[in-house]
Amino acid sequence: MRLVLPNPDLDLRIPSYTDLEKMDKEAKDRPQWDNKAQYILTCVGFCIGLGNVWRFPYLCQSHGGGAFLIPYLILLVLEGMPLLLLEFAIGQRLRKGSVGVWRVISPYLTGVGIASMLVSFLVGLYYNTLIGWILWYLFNSFQEPLPWTQCPLNDSKTEFVSECQRSSTVDYYFYRVSLNSTFSIADSGGLHPPIVICLLAAWTVVAICCIRGISTSGKAVYVTAILPYIVLAIFLIRGLTLPGAVNGIKFLFIPDVKELIKPSTWLDAGAQVFYAFGLAWGGLISFSSYNPVHNNCVQDAVILSVVTGLTSVYAATVTYSIIGFRATEKFDTCISDNIMTLTNAFDLPEMNITSSSYDAALSSLNVSYPDVLPGLDIQTCDLQILLSEGVEGTGLAFIVFTEAITKMPGSPVWSVLFFVMLLCLGLSTLFGNIEGVVVPLKDLKLVPKNFPPEALTGLTCVVSFIISLLFAQRSGIHWVALFDNFAGSIPLLTIGLFEMIAVVYIYGIDRFNEDIAFMVGHKPNIFWQVTWRVISPLTVLVILVFYLVTQAQETLTYLVWDGSSEVFPALTSVTYPSWIYAVIFLLAGVPSLSVPVYALCRLIYVCCRK
Amino acid sequence: MLERVILLLCVLPVLAAQNCRPNAPEGHKVRLSIKTALGDEAYDWNENELFLFQSTMAYAMRRLKGQQFTVSNIVVCNETPRVSFWFVVTSPQDPSQLVPKGEVEEAVRKSRNRINQAFMLSDSTLEFIGILPTLAAPVEPPTPTWLIVFGVVMGLVVAGIFILLMLSSVQKKRKKNKIADEEEEDEDEGTRVQTPENGSTRVDYYNNSFADDERFTHM
Repeated sequence: MRLVLPNPDLDLRIPSYTDLEKMDKEAKDRPQWDNKAQYILTCVGFCIGLGNVWRFPYLCQSHGGGAFLIPYLILLVLEGMPLLLLEFAIGQRLRKGSVGVWRVISPYLTGVGIASMLVSFLVGLYYNTLIGWILWYLFNSFQEPLPWTQCPLNDSKTEFVSECQRSSTVDYYFYRVSLNSTFSIADSGGLHPPIVICLLAAWTVVAICCIRGISTSGKAVYVTAILPYIVLAIFLIRGLTLPGAVNGIKFLFIPDVKELIKPSTWLDAGAQVFYAFGLAWGGLISFSSYNPVHNNCVQDAVILSVVTGLTSVYAATVTYSIIGFRATEKFDTCISDNIMTLTNAFDLPEMNITSSSYDAALSSLNVSYPDVLPGLDIQTCDLQILLSEGVEGTGLAFIVFTEAITKMPGSPVWSVLFFVMLLCLGLSTLFGNIEGVVVPLKDLKLVPKNFPPEALTGLTCVVSFIISLLFAQRSGIHWVALFDNFAGSIPLLTIGLFEMIAVVYIYGIDRFNEDIAFMVGHKPNIFWQVTWRVISPLTVLVILVFYLVTQAQETLTYLVWDGSSEVFPALTSVTYPSWIYAVIFLLAGVPSLSVPVYALCRLIYVCCRK
Repeated sequence: MLERVILLLCVLPVLAAQNCRPNAPEGHKVRLSIKTALGDEAYDWNENELFLFQSTMAYAMRRLKGQQFTVSNIVVCNETPRVSFWFVVTSPQDPSQLVPKGEVEEAVRKSRNRINQAFMLSDSTLEFIGILPTLAAPVEPPTPTWLIVFGVVMGLVVAGIFILLMLSSVQKKRKKNKIADEEEEDEDEGTRVQTPENGSTRVDYYNNSFADDERFTHM
């Protein structure tokens, strides 16, 4: 009755239940978790990453505030949780990493594991570059005043450097001092030494944490998974005591129910759930395979989903309280500057116009001197615009937040805390990444048997460092944006889709249910059946199709901080050169296509052998 | 003679007044923001404060040029409630002659600090329109702080890697000796799970890699 594709010799490839019981009791030839807490913390750390701080709050605010939580939570339950349990259960049952698991299910499916490995590798490259930038800011936070509060002087010492004068000190520090960014992705500009050094530091830190697999990374997660929560709590308390924080939180959560009708809201929610859970990277399968056979993976999946959802909301609250503070501060400064301009222009006594009487004074002056006012440099001060600017991605962390921190008393302390938190968030995600790269390399037997595992991890880190020097160039920021948009999005959705089809229709949903019954004690209930078979694959397919369609329709552009452009200090939108499409194909196409290509190659190989 | 003197005395203030007006060619505009700078401790702007300004400016001109400038050489006009006014500087030798703008600027720049301090203000609250203050250079520590922190972190991490690798190689040697001793005692062990033909012996990830391989290579 069930649709299952023919899969001969499956029983010969997978360990039987008696084998599993034996393996559990006897020779511990696979690494194991010291305790359940380590496993949960590693998974939580893997799922909770930089995206929870700088992607989710932006999505929440731009798609109708509190109303966004509705599609987010619905899709978390319908799409995220089933896939999570699928990966946990299959890893725990078959006791192998991502390549091993798919190869055991069917040798034609090894491509899925290879795709996971490639995606983990490519994403790890640019993710660690972000960690390098975070380290740079962290190293520079140990001084008072913070270096991004000051503009350098120009040669005549009468003014600040033009780029800094026209934009802001934090913009200048990020784009010019830290990255020395070029104006186009084609213009490499050579390596930028501070970033090279910070990249080296980042890869070394990752190497030491992962060098002995989960025996070292399992200890490191006690810090990297728990510290962010503590720091977020500290920032929440500090943030709520700052003036204007409530403006930010209101802005975030005020629901706009009309946004729920737009399909883009649901698509963004679905995509965010997918990436937030670290699905299809292979890391979760690997981590689960180190569990004892009778570990309750159903409970783990539910716990992890709940924790991820709650953390996203928690991080969003903290982020927007700080954003609200900064926006209010800028708004007040804007009004004060305007008042000073008016006072100077009309030679009124000081303190004649206050912030409360500003609007009335402005309109009365407009009436009395209509031709003078346009000549003055009166800026429009709009709190809503200030609340919605630059609040996503690297812009949030390195520009908006750093600026907010400079306005808090005791800035170096807050800066150190903030960047340590980001460092921990990023590192714990990278542990899963490295796991998703190193274990498949072993499973694919690409390294000689006697190769010590420490050396393999070390070699992976060295090779990754050398390749990621691409991002240490002056054009690095554009490459990071490129990888961010294309290396992680389409391939992951494709792999996720293939995973579900593989488990449900090639491994067999009946067999899978029995496995879970064996491991946990009861068969998964109707909710899991319906979501595995129909709802989750359909959701992922719809998101993938819409994503491809929207990407294919637009001309691809990227943002550049260019002092010579008209919209400066806002970022300029530049179209990609034509050779970028080849790079995009490599990034997104190669991992996605490796699934059918491998299956095809194996088919040909098997047919030729006969 | 007397008429001439009287005429001169009457004309001079008029001349001076003519020379001092908003946007005068040799004039400068001064703007004070006392309340912004001092808040509750702000003093009121009155004739005495203006006198202080004139004498401070005269001091600045004396300091630059060495000539005997007096308060009457600093002509102020067009005072506003903002507390802003224009002034021109007349030469002590010839009151009808104005000191060029450039020299006044130089004098102000040279004695800016003293002028500010006389009024308890700063460069941004006592503004001479058109004379830009030289900005303070950004504070920079002698050794870049980030290099120091980087050095500390890298030192710790490299030391950590070294220690971990040493520990693991020491552990492996101990296990090798232990397994070699155990193998002398018992001959066969059939407790390993027999995996099917294409389930090859996986390279064990960490715990007994070399020891287990030895077991198989003996055969």
